[in-house]
Amino acid sequence: MALATIIQNEFDQILANWMRDQGREGVRRTDVVSARESEAQSRELLQALARALRDTRSDDTFDFSNPGWDPVREALEHISQTRTESGVSPTEMAWFIASIKQSIFTILSQRNADDPKLLIDQVWMVTKIVDQMALHAISAYVDQREAIIERQQSEMTEVSAPVVKIWDRIVTVPLLGTVDSFRAQTVMENLLQAIVEREAEVAIIDITGVSTVDTMVAQHLLKTAAAVRLMGAECVISGISPKIAQTIVHLGVDLPNVVTRGDLQSGLSYAFERLGVKIGG
Amino acid sequence: MNAMDRIGASAIKRTKFVTAVSEIARNALIYGGGGVMTFHLHKLAGRPSVLAECVDHGPGIADVDRALQDGYTTGKGLGLGLSGARRLVDRFAIETLPGEGTTVIMECGAR
Ligand SMILES: Nc1ncnc2c1ncn2[C@@H]1O[C@H](COP(=O)(O)OP(=O)(O)O)[C@@H](O)[C@H]1O
Ligand SMILES: [Mg+2]
Repeated sequence: MALATIIQNEFDQILANWMRDQGREGVRRTDVVSARESEAQSRELLQALARALRDTRSDDTFDFSNPGWDPVREALEHISQTRTESGVSPTEMAWFIASIKQSIFTILSQRNADDPKLLIDQVWMVTKIVDQMALHAISAYVDQREAIIERQQSEMTEVSAPVVKIWDRIVTVPLLGTVDSFRAQTVMENLLQAIVEREAEVAIIDITGVSTVDTMVAQHLLKTAAAVRLMGAECVISGISPKIAQTIVHLGVDLPNVVTRGDLQSGLSYAFERLGVKIGG
Repeated sequence: MNAMDRIGASAIKRTKFVTAVSEIARNALIYGGGGVMTFHLHKLAGRPSVLAECVDHGPGIADVDRALQDGYTTGKGLGLGLSGARRLVDRFAIETLPGEGTTVIMECGAR
């Protein structure tokens, strides 16, 4: 009996065996992929496989890039995507696909027990196909992980304004790169939030990493400092290089009621002094 | 800023010029409805300089003297962009015609 026919006819049995094997081999991550989801994905993949076997010539000319295999590749990509998002490892992903072999082999050996030559050919065929499927799933997995990492990285650099509590009642936030209104707003919100949560009395904004302070950046700094004061805390701007200091003066920007320091260390010692913290015994 | 590298500008000159360019570019964007900024290598009093020219076809400025005063703004800014930029560079020129647009030229030497 031909491979395609066997898989079509014995679909339910193969699926049931596969689900059982998944449980046995520990490839079913019940913590991240529900049993129902797992069954739906397994069914989707097996159906695609049955269809592709029916529509393509599964002899020596087997070619996974043949359009007839599109549904299988799509099913793999879909499964890979949902599993990547739920944190399944690539090994688990590969095992999940590979575990389909056992259930097909069992059925094949039952149906073609009287034709060992055909059985061996079919086992070889299934091995080739399933290995290709596992490879495809892994490469889809890697692509998707990369996309996720890239997205996370850009989100981090865009949005991150990590407010750090460096000492009791002292919080600090670095301002980095080009300061647009969106980032300045994010920094201000994060800082004000941290002042409340950490019960801070001094907030240090470190602008060492800022390339240019023009009137817009200065205005954002002034607004932030004013808001910090309204919260009952004091605002220190540190990391003002001589270049930036001169530029600010030429621009004519006045920073009233804002303590400024050349570097973060000086900003910190000012804060310690303010809070009466004794350093070095 | 490549052009500033080419004339071997000092760090402080570079920072000043970049800041001035940023001010004028933002004005062209906010008030001039967008514009074009071009840079040229030039000579100022016989020494190499960088010249920036910013052209927009916005509403122009009705009273330039007033716009050049510290703290004057028709928007929500600090009103220090034009006056500040003028102080940051070695040469500053502004040409504007109401209804036609605004052109700002700024030039800066290496030291
Ligand atoms: N390119 C321009 N086109 C039209 N009006 C301008 C332009 N640049 C500046 N202005 C006017 O000059 C005023 C002062 O500009 P500026 O000193 O940069 O201060 P600010 O940007 O804070 O308003 C602006 O409020 C605006 O009315
Ligand atoms: Mg301005």
